[in-house]
Amino acid sequence: MVHQYKLGGYNLVLDTCSGSIHVVDEAAYDIIAVYKEKTREEIVPLILGKYAHRPELTAQEVESCLDAIGQLEKNGKLFTPDTFAPMAGDFKAKGGNVIKALCLHVAHTCNLNCAYCFASQGKFHGERALMPFEVGRRALDFLIENSGGRHNLEVDFFGGEPLMNWDVVKRLVAYARTIEKEKGKNFRFTLTTNGMSIDSDVIDFANREMSNVVLSLDGRREVHDRYRVDYQGQGSYDRVVPKFQELVRARGEKDYYMRGTFTHQNPDFLKDIDAMLDLGFDQLSMEPVVCAPGDPAALTEEDKAIVMEQYERLAQKMLERRKEGRPFTFYHYMVDLESGPCIYKRISGCGSGTEYMAVTPWGDLYPCHQFVGEEKFRLGSVFEGVTNHTVQEEFRGCNVYARPDCADCWAKLYCAGGCAANAYHATGSIGGIYRYGCELFKKRMECAIMLKAAEADLP
Amino acid sequence: MDMIKTLNTRDLCESAKNGGCGECQTSCQSACKTSCGIANQPCENKAEK
Repeated sequence: MVHQYKLGGYNLVLDTCSGSIHVVDEAAYDIIAVYKEKTREEIVPLILGKYAHRPELTAQEVESCLDAIGQLEKNGKLFTPDTFAPMAGDFKAKGGNVIKALCLHVAHTCNLNCAYCFASQGKFHGERALMPFEVGRRALDFLIENSGGRHNLEVDFFGGEPLMNWDVVKRLVAYARTIEKEKGKNFRFTLTTNGMSIDSDVIDFANREMSNVVLSLDGRREVHDRYRVDYQGQGSYDRVVPKFQELVRARGEKDYYMRGTFTHQNPDFLKDIDAMLDLGFDQLSMEPVVCAPGDPAALTEEDKAIVMEQYERLAQKMLERRKEGRPFTFYHYMVDLESGPCIYKRISGCGSGTEYMAVTPWGDLYPCHQFVGEEKFRLGSVFEGVTNHTVQEEFRGCNVYARPDCADCWAKLYCAGGCAANAYHATGSIGGIYRYGCELFKKRMECAIMLKAAEADLP
Repeated sequence: MDMIKTLNTRDLCESAKNGGCGECQTSCQSACKTSCGIANQPCENKAEK
């Protein structure tokens, strides 16, 4: 399967199944488009006719381009057949019941009242609750007990707002550090926070112990304050921005994401990226809102064209800033072409429900944070283990080849079939696809790969 | 001038031979939290590289 597109002055040809990427000139682009449909004898005059205004393009050059294409095909770098389907279930089957990542919902409560929150103001459609230390400790033990030979274990402190249970977070990290060496494990912690309760203690601790911090900021003040308000309806921008700046300044080279959400109210999210850059942040992420289709925040069909154009302009901005020596990163454009995921990962996807689970404040297990509160997806608990094997097997069966809608998609080995929660909310089935999300994802990948082509051009 | 320039990429077919160690990051766990994509996950298979 081959995907061709033009972006940012580049003509790009992606060979889905080998992962190869070719940057080609106009004529080669056109030759590749007809290579499988026409004979050499048909292609040469066709191309010379189309490029009559380019006398330097000779029949000999078209012939040698055809030879080069044939060689790429022979070397498995173009028109590579899709032979991966038979191994589709292998990765998760091979993983058995190994768990390597937990999302700890340490606080099902929040000190903000954001109307667009998929977690229903942190309560996940349930009661407010804080995770007791004993539940969290049991969750970490459960993770170690079920992690088999995995060395790197990921734990995200999530909510609601995890800083509302900060003492427990610190105690859990301290506990993990006391046991990881003897157990042969390496814990990587992430903290996701709205910033309201950040103080010097949080900054010191998070910058020492957290591999990553995810900081929620929607960009422009008016955009941020539209949704991210406290229980008195007051915007939080002025309270969180200085704290985020202090935390990031003190963080040095360690990873963080300044993570925004864009909605129907700001599909022109590049202005929010600009606002983040103006505040001095340079590791950015902007995500489309997750909400029901009728919600006032939900992105519409009309918004889609704007969002697509914003993604392209974002890529251009990144190029310009890089040339100016002021680079910044955007989560979805950070594609690692040479050392990226293997084919097993590309087929299997995120591992929700098998190697990744979310833990509620009272210790219940769910396939991921986005399923918490959906009772039928409850997998078990950190005390009794996984008991709902029917649901777990459903998640184990999720892979890109199990989704008929993905069969002919060029991006399938970049997205692995997409997010099960998005699919469930869009179609009622975790085996479906969230088509709107697919279109945005494909545009992001096109932009990310174009940036790689541009990078290869840089001195 | 070259009409076709091929970027350096990991050969996915080759990766089938030694891949699947599972040490890499769970996709959205430590970042966006709302949309899956695996393309930006670095491989952590020390044995393969």
